[in-house]
Amino acid sequence: MLNSTYRIILAGLFCSWCLSPIAQSLPPYNPVTDERLQNPEESNWLMYRGSYDSHGYSTLDEINIENVEDLVPVWSFSTGLREGHQAPPIVNDGYMYVSTPQNHIIAIDARTGDMIWRYVRFLPDDLQQMHPTNRGVALYGDRVYLATVDAYLVSLDALTGDVIWEVEVEDYYNGYYMTMAPLIADGKVMVGVSGGELGIRGFVAAFDVMTGEPAWKTYTIPAPGEPGSESWPGDTWQTGGVPVWLTGSYDPEFNVTYWGTGNGGPWMGDTRPGDNLYATSTIALDASTGELKAHHQYHWNDSWDWDEVSAPLLIDYQRQGETVKGMVHPGRNGYLWFLEREENQINFVDANPYVYQDVFTTLDPVTGRPEYDMSKKPGTGFEASFCPSLWGGKDWPPAAFNPVSRLLFIPANDNVCSTMEGEEVQFRPGRPFMGRAPSENGGFFVRPGTSHIGELQAWNVDTGEKAWTTSFASQNWGPVLATAGDLVFMGGTNDRYFRAFDANNGEILWQQRTNSGITGVPVTYSLDGKQYIAVQSGWGVDAQREQNLLNLVKGENHYVPQGGVIWVFALPD
Amino acid sequence: MSFGKDKKALLSRRTIFKAGLVSGMAMPIPMTVLGQAPNQMRPQQGDQLVFDEGDRIGELIGIDMLELDQQPVSALARDPETETIRDGSRLNRVMIMRLDGQKLSSRFQANAAEGIVAYSAVCTHTGCDVINWDEGLLRMACPCHESQFDVYDGAKNVGGPAPRPLAMLPLEIVDGIVTVAGIFKGRVGFTQNF
Repeated sequence: MLNSTYRIILAGLFCSWCLSPIAQSLPPYNPVTDERLQNPEESNWLMYRGSYDSHGYSTLDEINIENVEDLVPVWSFSTGLREGHQAPPIVNDGYMYVSTPQNHIIAIDARTGDMIWRYVRFLPDDLQQMHPTNRGVALYGDRVYLATVDAYLVSLDALTGDVIWEVEVEDYYNGYYMTMAPLIADGKVMVGVSGGELGIRGFVAAFDVMTGEPAWKTYTIPAPGEPGSESWPGDTWQTGGVPVWLTGSYDPEFNVTYWGTGNGGPWMGDTRPGDNLYATSTIALDASTGELKAHHQYHWNDSWDWDEVSAPLLIDYQRQGETVKGMVHPGRNGYLWFLEREENQINFVDANPYVYQDVFTTLDPVTGRPEYDMSKKPGTGFEASFCPSLWGGKDWPPAAFNPVSRLLFIPANDNVCSTMEGEEVQFRPGRPFMGRAPSENGGFFVRPGTSHIGELQAWNVDTGEKAWTTSFASQNWGPVLATAGDLVFMGGTNDRYFRAFDANNGEILWQQRTNSGITGVPVTYSLDGKQYIAVQSGWGVDAQREQNLLNLVKGENHYVPQGGVIWVFALPD
Repeated sequence: MSFGKDKKALLSRRTIFKAGLVSGMAMPIPMTVLGQAPNQMRPQQGDQLVFDEGDRIGELIGIDMLELDQQPVSALARDPETETIRDGSRLNRVMIMRLDGQKLSSRFQANAAEGIVAYSAVCTHTGCDVINWDEGLLRMACPCHESQFDVYDGAKNVGGPAPRPLAMLPLEIVDGIVTVAGIFKGRVGFTQNF
């Protein structure tokens, strides 16, 4: 007998006969194993950032700075959907899996663009989608895994798309939802929840990768009596937000996962006096048990909506002639953080602003704890302006790292700022719980005298010095791919271009105008020795919101068309 | 496929409908026997509206309690006989306000009661709560994706990504109380496309 939160659907087990002709023409499916996830082949893109260390880097180099100008589209596929198409195409030996807004998954022959199957999730009528997007699927065995916007985890047959099981992770009616690609390691499939604007209590949960049985659940806000609980007054811990809405990194040596956490709720820090652990932090969770092994909080008692949800890139770097087993995090708070990871500890190394930031006055040289200019910290009934804006120096779009050139590539936004004031808000389950008062022009402004917003920055992780910056008048919402061809691929601007940059100096070497703006994560893969670049074009969510506000403050009406298309590029034969 | 709160109610309805087919029945089935709890039912004709927020939460909304062109307030329908407040679905919520009835678009005046109008609180874009208010332009606004709705023109979408106006709940005044005069005009909430 099935219980209410855990249902096994058996239909898919009997469906081998119903494979589409396209699937039958493909090679046998190559099951994804732990070994393959830990050492992914360069020909594939098996997970959100390509590898557990979140580098977003490929050793493929057929496409390189010498020939990238010849890159051409080889096939495309319209998803038929609007809003933010942010997921990377996940590729396994010719099988491509692309998730979309509204929780569709499209399985495609990666060579030809022919569709193999399509999963369509029927969403509840009373669902609210604050972020109508999805950021990718995960693969394991012969399964595909999807975290849904109505807070379910779904396991599907990779060959047929039939649902094998699905598990309710939390109740969407209370504001929980998911947009991240699941993380699979140590026999678990792990997900975190969104809903920080809706009065949730954030967590990461793990399930048995084959059966879906719950394995562990670790909250990002400690309950009374637990370490860190003293940083939440009264009952604020129950509705304090701290979501986890991006895929974590994983260190197989320590068997530890690293997750970024969002801000506390309501947004104004004076509603929850204290540091609010483990908000705006990186948390280290044991993959087997979920035990919180360590944390580093980037800034305390957030009042700026500066989620720090991007998982840190696991990078070993040089400092004072020594190799630091490290982590690097371009923060939404505008600082580039270098940390050291030990089995049960995270140490601060150094940090510096990578965009204009006017809130932090000092950092403690040992702990990295910032002090604030309190005139820049909004509160209930207290309006304050601050830079960078609530979308930060870098929002969710992931950075990438080339381990050969030692350069970290950051998709940044500079020179945009916010004005916020808090107002009292009553908690009601599943309802907005931000407590932000309306502000003129949406509380958004561009710093006077500045000429650009978007940037692609390159930083040498060993010297801590910036190598180059390429600027754009537009805002930048482009996830980054780095390759051994000395290239960086990124879209993100409101002119609909997808671009290839010379990784040595930031020069634009190639660009293709697409149907919409690109906020999708680019990937690369190869088939029969031929390299491909794949990305989704489909503007929406916060990129569109920022465009609305830019139009307002600039008195413009710049239009970015919506609608998703998967694009695949290659060199001519 | 997934089943949310309302889907569970729909399942019951579907099961009963199938049972009816099997037994040869083809007559319409009243909502009250479909297994849907009264608090989940959409506002019904004759329901009274009550405040859903603030100091007067749960209190009946009288004709004189709303000021002209002020920020809409959240309200729910209440069955006057059983005093059941229909708070079982977020799709039941409305935002209620008093407008200048003479300026309200003529095609929507029949749904207003002495200048008081009620629109669904659920955005037609992705289902967020439309709780913001532009007091200068007299527009309801969604905090999620900046959609804006002209309250004097049937909550027509005039900015942002919302594809349709907000559904409108017809009103009348009965014994000084703002009362529901009919079912929603227009579809409540977002539409999933495939």
